[in-house]
Amino acid sequence: MQEFVNLTLGGVITGSVYAAFALALVLIWRSTRIVNFAQGAMAALTTFIAIALIDAGQSYWVGLVVALLSGLVIGAVVERVVIRPVEGGPELNAVIVTLGLFIAIQALISVLFGVNQRAFVPPFSNIGFRIGDTTLGSLSPNTVYTLIAVLLVMVALIALFRFTRLGLAMRASAFGQEVARLLGVRVGRMLTLGWALAAVVGSLAGMLIAAETAFVAPTFMDSLIVFGFVAAVLGGLDSPIGAVVGGLVLGVALSYVRGYLGDTLVGLAALVILVVVLLVRPGGLFSTTQTRRA
Amino acid sequence: MTGISVAFGGVKALTDVSLTVEPGQVHGLIGPNGAGKTTMFNVACGLVRATEGRIVWRGQELRRLRPAQLAGLGIARTLQGVGLFPGLTVLENVMVGAHKHAKAGFFSALFAIPTADKDDARLRERAMGALTELDAEGYAARYPGSLPYPVQKRVALARALVSEPELLLLDEPASGLSEDEMHELGELIRLLSGRMSVLLVEHHMDLVMRVCDQITVLDSGRQIAAGTPQQVQNDPAVTEAYLGDAVDDTTDVSELAGTDGGTHRG
Repeated sequence: MQEFVNLTLGGVITGSVYAAFALALVLIWRSTRIVNFAQGAMAALTTFIAIALIDAGQSYWVGLVVALLSGLVIGAVVERVVIRPVEGGPELNAVIVTLGLFIAIQALISVLFGVNQRAFVPPFSNIGFRIGDTTLGSLSPNTVYTLIAVLLVMVALIALFRFTRLGLAMRASAFGQEVARLLGVRVGRMLTLGWALAAVVGSLAGMLIAAETAFVAPTFMDSLIVFGFVAAVLGGLDSPIGAVVGGLVLGVALSYVRGYLGDTLVGLAALVILVVVLLVRPGGLFSTTQTRRA
Repeated sequence: MTGISVAFGGVKALTDVSLTVEPGQVHGLIGPNGAGKTTMFNVACGLVRATEGRIVWRGQELRRLRPAQLAGLGIARTLQGVGLFPGLTVLENVMVGAHKHAKAGFFSALFAIPTADKDDARLRERAMGALTELDAEGYAARYPGSLPYPVQKRVALARALVSEPELLLLDEPASGLSEDEMHELGELIRLLSGRMSVLLVEHHMDLVMRVCDQITVLDSGRQIAAGTPQQVQNDPAVTEAYLGDAVDDTTDVSELAGTDGGTHRG
């Protein structure tokens, strides 16, 4: 029983990071119909920037803020410079471009920061809380911080999209670029902002994962892009809520696989889930008919 | 708009067409299918660039403007069909139309600074006002996909009106409407013309003849007539264009000729 509780809690926590990462993918998919395979590498880059600062004596929080801000800038620059020319073109072009970007950024990290693993000191203790005699291994001050950070970002994003004029303009651009343009919405600017915001969320996911694994290599986000993508597809790629639920479901499912079946099967299990979802509900668990038509 | 010509590759879609929409007037743009009405319309709102000619709005040359800037100049348009955003509620759809009226800048809106909040509230109010004016306020929280077509059209019109444009471009607003609804639409357009100029592209002659102050007739990309509804109706070139091109469309012909179409053919 204790193991089950631990695995479930651990699953919810890693799942929340998958959810954040999936959300970043969905943000970009909704506005530009591009799956950003470079998302993980971009997040790894900002995490390494933070590590460089922390190693130079700055606090974790300075590192976090700089990581998020550099994510914002990198996201915007990538959209303007690399993605804009392939937007609205054949889908394969955009896929190849983001894959190329993924490899290029990963190489850039190795050039700038070396290929070795770096230690990453989490902002809070990773030692589990004790209740009476039992230790909740997966519930530590650090994982609570992870949960809170992901929740805050989600609430902020929902508030932005639901309640602000800017969010409205971004949603309008996602649903009909041409019409939005006629109504005076600066669509190009909204797309740039969408990529920038997605990169911020991705950067946060990178920082949170790094704090959990304690060691990071330039490739440390590679598995997260797979899990984030599976979570996003699980939710339907078009639905932010779907991405969040998909992330949590995937996190818990993989946690059970890890605990009961073994660590080595986790990657395989993620792919099995992806294949099953694509076979049974190709539009994802949360897709609406209308987005499926689009 | 003077001397407008548009060529797509080697095909001339418009040749030397000129029209002027006077302030506070309703200007109709008519012609048989394929005459170039929609092309002319798209030139006016910046979607299609004219190969020749000048578009002047309040003394300003418009040819090099992009569609997004047009909205800022007080020009709004509706689309053939409806063109509402499917994932936004009716109210939100209209709010996007009022977008350019919001005062808060990009960054204060991003960080939800109080002025931006007040702005959002005002935006919401304006959008609601526009919906009320078109009797669609009851649908504010619904999604467009779930509404009947005529209601969607009213919402689309509200979205164009909410920006309080000085020039409203209407692209076939009556398509898909019943006789009664078309009548209501006519009344509404007349009402609006007190507040703004209207350029109306439409093939329901009945509606055009009733609401327009001035009419320009196109045929095969050329301007074949222009003037008041009476002048246009009595223009032999117009009758010929319609009789030659649309014999099967008897209502149009009879309305246009202002008499029973049968006498012309019989």
